[in-house]
Amino acid sequence: MSDTLLDVRHLSRRFDVSAPWLNRKLEGLDKTYVNAVKDVSFTVAKGQTFALVGESGSGKSTIARLIVGLLEPTEGEIVFDGTSLARGLKGAEARRLRRRFQMIFQDPLASLNPRWRVTDIIAEPLRVFERSMNDRARRLRVGELLTLVGLSPEDGLKFPHQFSGGQRQRIAIARALAANPEFIVCDEPTSALDVSVQAQILNLMKDLQDEFGLTYVFISHNLQVVRHMATEIGVLYLGRLAEVGEAEALFATPQHPYTRMLLDAVPDIEMTGRRRKQVEGEIPSPIDPPPGCPFHPRCPFANDRCRTEVPGLTRRGAQAAACHAVEEGRI
Amino acid sequence: MTQPVLSVRNLTVEFPTRHGLLTAVQDISFDIMPGEVLGVVGESGAGKSMTGAAIIGLIDPPGRIAKGEIWLGDRRIDNLPPAEMRKIRGRRIGMIFQDPLTSLNPLYRISRQLIETIRTHLPLSQSEARTRAIKLLDDVGIPDAARRIDDYPHQFSGGMRQRVVIALALCADPEVVIADEPTTALDVSVQAQIIDVMKEICARRGAAIMLVTHDMGVIAETADRVAVMYAGRLAELGPVAAVIKDARHPYSQGLMGAIPKLGENLDRLVHIPGAMPRLNAIPQGCAFNPRCPQVFEKCRTHRPAASEIEPGRRAACWLYPEVTEA
Repeated sequence: MSDTLLDVRHLSRRFDVSAPWLNRKLEGLDKTYVNAVKDVSFTVAKGQTFALVGESGSGKSTIARLIVGLLEPTEGEIVFDGTSLARGLKGAEARRLRRRFQMIFQDPLASLNPRWRVTDIIAEPLRVFERSMNDRARRLRVGELLTLVGLSPEDGLKFPHQFSGGQRQRIAIARALAANPEFIVCDEPTSALDVSVQAQILNLMKDLQDEFGLTYVFISHNLQVVRHMATEIGVLYLGRLAEVGEAEALFATPQHPYTRMLLDAVPDIEMTGRRRKQVEGEIPSPIDPPPGCPFHPRCPFANDRCRTEVPGLTRRGAQAAACHAVEEGRI
Repeated sequence: MTQPVLSVRNLTVEFPTRHGLLTAVQDISFDIMPGEVLGVVGESGAGKSMTGAAIIGLIDPPGRIAKGEIWLGDRRIDNLPPAEMRKIRGRRIGMIFQDPLTSLNPLYRISRQLIETIRTHLPLSQSEARTRAIKLLDDVGIPDAARRIDDYPHQFSGGMRQRVVIALALCADPEVVIADEPTTALDVSVQAQIIDVMKEICARRGAAIMLVTHDMGVIAETADRVAVMYAGRLAELGPVAAVIKDARHPYSQGLMGAIPKLGENLDRLVHIPGAMPRLNAIPQGCAFNPRCPQVFEKCRTHRPAASEIEPGRRAACWLYPEVTEA
């Protein structure tokens, strides 16, 4: 159970967001960079769901893209089942590894080709990875996949626009499952959906996980959804991991002040009468992050050390938090 | 008994199209009392925004109010000529929309937008209006309002922009504010701030709020009563705590169960099969009948009206004997 499938080590990604060369020369500007992801490390065990949560601009989606290879890391490495997905992984070896992981995106209308029939969309991974498969076998497999995600095989003849949002996300899931992957990165898979449809998709994803022993990296800004799906959670703030730990423990005893704040900010739908705490400030621009701990301008426990020194993750039981105050036992 | 500040009676909104008549809102009635927060919740396409648009007279043609009446205090406003309606909009009914960037003009300073709105509705001089605008910005929690008032919208963060929009909506002391998904574009931590500001400032000024959102959590924290909409119709209406803890309509029951909650870790969420019907394919009888776990014969043929099932609560469902035919 505790076999590590994915090991992310000191991952960083920097984007160049400088003004055009001529403007820089004329206005005497320097190059500017955004550290979208900075020194992030975590491991995901087989069959588990690792969730990344954070507000917009915290680097969640960048990490998703780094894992599946849509972006290349500036520093650090990603090790999948013992093999490093370092730069330069090409050809047959890359294909063998890549077929083992897939991705589901937030907006199924943007990730499904509107000019293709659903059959062709779902069969595409098969054409790439199962070259020996003949047409008939492929058609049967597509039918199977459609049934699996709760659609009917005849739906394959339709185009994506003929489906509702939830059904489109089902198609995206069917495509992700086509090549029998072990590992799926889901980037906000239900954020564009209504709650009742979201519940359908989350239930489906859980069922599929049980049936095929899938491992998920699940990215979301919605803490209630994460609570429902995750076995392990990483909380991101301005590209750094603020806290990482087992889901149960993290929700029961959040350590990092940011995690506490996030949990306090969740609307009280159970009407328990829990008073929501007033949260101060907003996430700063990642172009010009504060020195020291990135959270210190909003943190009620910040002291001089927090303003100058970047905290590292300190493990404590099932959780690890990057916070001086927690480390010093001040909170 | 006090008179409701806003009263919607049997409102029906239709869109004639080439493929026939689409009914976006059908036979909706509710009242909002002075100072009350009424939440309107539903999934996309349920007609909640359309109800808001109908109240402020901003339905895009060819859509039109086909039936029903809208009363603001003792004045009927659904049949007013555009010029009259313009005087009410902003003056007596304030509006807050989802995306603050589209409700603010990016080319004008905040000061100009606020002062212009204030002076349109209130007989104030330029400098009086400016003082009032600064006071408003201060009230909605913009630090250093006297200086920031001369900034452009892009110089504000998302949460601050939404505060400006709230100030703009409140600048003529309206009796009702219609807030359409005011926090949907914001992160959770900022969302909490905006809800607090909106609730507090409306309470202080005695303005009622019609809060349209798909987020039950926001409703739970903000509203006094909630109206659950489904396929353009009112499914259930009642006090927030009652509807959340003890929903009566099978749709609201499913909706509540479908929301993942922090306090409990269920293995599965309540599953409502299928999806909300499109406007051109609303089934006969009760609109929810194909997805309803408790459906019986009458539901397929007769449409239930949202009748009072107990004092202060209405539901449109044949499970309750008091319900009559629409």
